[in-house]
Amino acid sequence: MSERKPTTALFSDPLRVVNLGLSSFAETLRASRVPVIDVDWRPPAGGDAALIRIIDNLKSDDEHAWSATITAANEKAIEHLLSAEPHLIGIGIARDVVPGMTDRTLLHAGPPITWDAMCGPMRGAVMGGLIYERAASTPDSAAQLAASGDITFDPCHHHQSVGPMAGVMTASMPVWIIENVTAGNRAYCTLNEGLGQVLRYGAFGDEVISRLNWMQNELAPILSQAIEKHGPIDMRSLLAQALQMGDEGHNRNRAGTSLLIRELAPFLVRLSEPSESIARVLEFLHSNDHFFLNLTMPAGKCALDAAADIPGSSLVTVMARNGTQFGIRVSGTGDRWFTAPAPIVDGLYLPGFSAQDAAPDIGDSAITETAGYGGFAMAAAPAIVQFVGGTPQLALDTTHRMRSITMAESRSYQIPAMGFRGTPTGIDVLRVAETGILPAINTGIAHKEPGIGMVGAGLVTPPFSVFADAARALAESLGKQEKDQMAAS
Amino acid sequence: MGTRSVGMVENRYFDSVFLMAAARRISEQPGIENVAAVMGSDANKKVLEKMGFDPAALAEGTPTDLLIAIEGEKNAIEGILSNVDDWLKRPESRLGNKTAFSLEDAMTQQAESNLAVISVPGEYAAQEARDALERGLNVFLFSDHVSVEDELKLKQEARERDLIVMGPDCGTALIAGTGIGFANVVRQGPVGVVASSGTGLQEFTSLVHRAGSGISHGLGTGGRDLTDAIGGLSTLSAISALEKDPNTTVIAVISKPPGRETLDRVLERLHRCTKPVTACFLGMDEEAMPTDLQVHTTIDDAVKAALRLCGGDAPSIPGAAPEGLKALIAEQVSLFASDQCFIRGLFAGGTFCYQAQQVMKLSDVMVASNAPLPGMARLGSESAGNVFIDMGADEFTVGMPHPMIDATQRRKRIVEEAQDPTVAVLLLDVVLGYNASADPAGDLAEAIKEARELAATSGRQLAVVASVCGTDQDPQGLDVQEQTLRDAGAIVFPSNAQASRFALALHLKLLERGIDVDS
Repeated sequence: MSERKPTTALFSDPLRVVNLGLSSFAETLRASRVPVIDVDWRPPAGGDAALIRIIDNLKSDDEHAWSATITAANEKAIEHLLSAEPHLIGIGIARDVVPGMTDRTLLHAGPPITWDAMCGPMRGAVMGGLIYERAASTPDSAAQLAASGDITFDPCHHHQSVGPMAGVMTASMPVWIIENVTAGNRAYCTLNEGLGQVLRYGAFGDEVISRLNWMQNELAPILSQAIEKHGPIDMRSLLAQALQMGDEGHNRNRAGTSLLIRELAPFLVRLSEPSESIARVLEFLHSNDHFFLNLTMPAGKCALDAAADIPGSSLVTVMARNGTQFGIRVSGTGDRWFTAPAPIVDGLYLPGFSAQDAAPDIGDSAITETAGYGGFAMAAAPAIVQFVGGTPQLALDTTHRMRSITMAESRSYQIPAMGFRGTPTGIDVLRVAETGILPAINTGIAHKEPGIGMVGAGLVTPPFSVFADAARALAESLGKQEKDQMAAS
Repeated sequence: MGTRSVGMVENRYFDSVFLMAAARRISEQPGIENVAAVMGSDANKKVLEKMGFDPAALAEGTPTDLLIAIEGEKNAIEGILSNVDDWLKRPESRLGNKTAFSLEDAMTQQAESNLAVISVPGEYAAQEARDALERGLNVFLFSDHVSVEDELKLKQEARERDLIVMGPDCGTALIAGTGIGFANVVRQGPVGVVASSGTGLQEFTSLVHRAGSGISHGLGTGGRDLTDAIGGLSTLSAISALEKDPNTTVIAVISKPPGRETLDRVLERLHRCTKPVTACFLGMDEEAMPTDLQVHTTIDDAVKAALRLCGGDAPSIPGAAPEGLKALIAEQVSLFASDQCFIRGLFAGGTFCYQAQQVMKLSDVMVASNAPLPGMARLGSESAGNVFIDMGADEFTVGMPHPMIDATQRRKRIVEEAQDPTVAVLLLDVVLGYNASADPAGDLAEAIKEARELAATSGRQLAVVASVCGTDQDPQGLDVQEQTLRDAGAIVFPSNAQASRFALALHLKLLERGIDVDS
C-alpha cells in the first residue's frame, strides 16, 4: 500500500465511497452528492465455496496476486501472446500445408465431436464438405459416409487451424497461411465464402458447392499470386488499423476487408490474368464484409499457440464451440479440453427468424476474443452493439469489464474511445473463476437445421463451469508440479 | 389454493432489496398469491422448500442463478414466468449506475476512495471487507452473519492499518454530515457519537438535531464490538478518531452493556479521553454502573448529558410536560375494560425493543421478548402478558424485507395483538430517514385504525403509543409522519424512551386499578 491514511482522514478528506451490495445505499449517497463507484457485485467463483478455497490457495501472500509459479508462467505466456507478429504469407491447399491433413480427414470447429452428436448446421457442413470433395454425390450418401466411420473427424484446433461457424475444412480447400514471425509457428484457415447459403452455416446445395469450386479454382490462385508479389502482409498492422476504423475483428470486419483490398489491388491488377477474373475476385471481396474474419482468426490462433503449453500458466489459449459443446483450453493444462453444453446466443434475428430457429453457439471464431479483440474490443465497434439492442455505452462497458479478467493490454490493438488504451488481452482462467465475470463473445447465429444458413448475430455468454473446471485442473497440475520438483530435488 | 411453480434465470445476480421489490411487483398481479424471488443459495432453497415449493424444481439453481417461486393461478404464473425479464428491469439502466466490475476496478477508477460500503451476503462479506482494508479503505459493513472470528480478524487488520471497520451488521453512520445506510438527516455540530446499533445511532442523532444541536460524526461499530470476544476494537478506534477530530467537542458512546473485560477497557479509555465523554449502556444493571463517569441507561439521558457537556445554552430535547401526561393517563384509564392492562410492543428497531424493556425493568415490570434483556423472559409461541417483539430479528427477516422497509408483517401483528382482550397498549416505533420506507407512518396508519376499531367494537379501549425517530430534514418529513399517526389515533412521542415511559405509566395505573377492584 503506497500511502497510509488514518481513520481521521475519513473525517477530513471528502468522502469517496465504493459500494458493494445494495444499490439503494449507493443511490442515497449519490443523492447527497457523494462520489460513489457502485460495483456490479456477484458472488465470487459463482458461489462455489470449494472453488473459492482452491483459488485462494493459488494466491501469494499479498492476496492480490497469484503465487510466484503462476505469475512467472503467466508473464512468459502473455509475453508470447503480446509479442506475436502474425504475417499473412500465402495461400496453400489444406492437403499440402495443414499438419496431419489427409483426404479422409474432415476438420471442424470446436472441441472433438462425433457425427452422432453434431448439431444440424455442423452435419450440413460435413455433408457439403464431403460432396465438395466428391467423396459423396448426394446429401444422403454424404450422411451415410459421415456415419460410416470411414471419415476422421478432428477439431481444427488439433491441426494449427481454426474455422468460423461449422469450421469445416477438407483436403482440397485453399487455406490462408499465417506465420507468427516472432515464434516461427503457423496457423491456417479456409477462405471466407460470404453470407447467405454458405457451407459454414451448414448449407450444402449446388450454389454452395459451385462457389467452393470457384474459390478453389479462381479466387485462391489469383489471391495467392497477388500475395506472392506483395510479400508478407503484417496482419497486426492491418487489424490495428481496422480497430481504429470501427471493426472489432469478429462480428464487424468491413474496415479490415477494405484494407486488405487496398493492399492487394495494385498487385491484383498487374497479374497476367483476364481482367474479368480479377474483377470477379474484387467483386467477391467487396461483397463480403466478413472476408477479413478468416484472417483475424488464424492471426489470433498463431499468437495464442505460441503461448500454449506453459506449465503453471492460467492463460486461456482456446475458446471454441462445435454447436453442441463449448470448450476451452488453458496454457498450463496443455491439450486438455474443458467442455460444457454450448449456450444459445442472445441476439437479433434476421427477418423471418427467431430464437426458436437458432442452433446453439458454434465456431472457432471466439479465438478472436481469446486473442484480445472481437467482443473484448467491442468499444472500438459501437455500431455492432445494435445486435444486442445495446448502446455505445454498452460497447465501452463490455471492453471495460474484460479488463477484470485479462492479464494485459495489447500493445498493438488500441481503442480510440478509451484514450487509445490497448484492448484487454490474455484471459486469465483463474480471474474468470474467481470473479464469475465471463468473456464477452460476439458471434453469428446459425439455423438449427442444416442447409438454411445464418439467421442472426449477437452476444454469447460462455458456460462458467468450463472455467471453473479448468481452474481446478490447473490447481491440480500445480500441486503435481510441486511434488515433481520435490522428488527431483 | 393455487398451483406452485418455479422459474429460473441463470447466471444473473441481483441484490436482495431489488429482488424483494420485484417480488412485490409480481405479487400485485391478478391471480398471484405469493412470490419469492431469491438467489439459488442452499439457504434460500430451503426457505422455498418450506414454503411448499418442489425441491426437484429448485435443485438446479446455484447461488448465481435467480429463482422466482410463485404461487397462484396457473395461467397467471405462466404469464409472469414467460416474461421474467420484464419484471427484472431496473428503474434506471443498470449499466448507467453500475460502473465497476470489482473492487479492484473501482479503485482504478476512484483511487482516492476512502470508504467501502459493503452489504453483500454474509458468507462473502468478510473477504470483501478484507480486500477493502488491504486497499486502504475504511469499511462500513452492513452485512450480517459474519463470524466472530472473521470480525476479530478484520478489526485487528484495521487496527494495524489505522482504519476502522463499522460492523458487521452496522446499519448507520454519519460522516461529516453524510448519512450512510439507514440514516437521518441531521445538522452538523459538536457531538461525536459511537454506537453499536443502527437505530440507537439514529435515535441519538435525531434527538440531538431536534434539540437544536448537531453531530460531527456518528460511527457504528456492530452489535458485537463491545463483547469480550472482540474487545471493543472498533469502539476504541472510533473514540480515538473523534478525540483527534477538531470538529468534535463531546463524545458519546451508546451500546448494550459491554463484556466485563471490555467494559473496563472502554471505561479506562474514556477516562483518558481529552474531551468530555458520556456513555449510555442500555440494559445495564444499576449496581454495575461505574460511579465516576456519566453513564446512562436511556438514549434520551445520554443526549441530555452530551448537550450539557457542550456547554453554553444547553438546548433541550423535545418532550411533553409531565403534568399533561398525567392528565392524559387519568383520562385514558377510565376508558379501559376491567381485564385490559398489558403492553404489546412491536418494534422495527432492535434498540427500541431493548430500551423499552429497560424502561420496564427499572420499574420491575416483567416482559417476554424474542430479544430479551437479561432477566426478562424469552417469548414463547404465543403472546401473553407484556410482550415486546423485535420484528427486525432473523426469524422475521430471512427472505423477507426488514420492517423499516416493509411494514407488511407489522401491520398483520398490530391487528392480531389488538384482538387480545387483555391488551391495553400497543407500543410502536416509526423510523424515518434514508433507505427507510418512503412513508413509514402511512404504512401503519390503516392497521392502527383497524386495531382501534376492532377493540372498540368489542367494547374496549386501545391506546396506541408511538415514537417517531427522525428529523424535519428527513425525506419523509417529521411533521407529516407524526400527523399521520395522530390522525390514525396514536399518541405520539419524540423518543422511544418517552413513549415507553408513557406506556409503562398507563400499565401501572391499570394494574393499580385492578388492585383497587380486588381489595
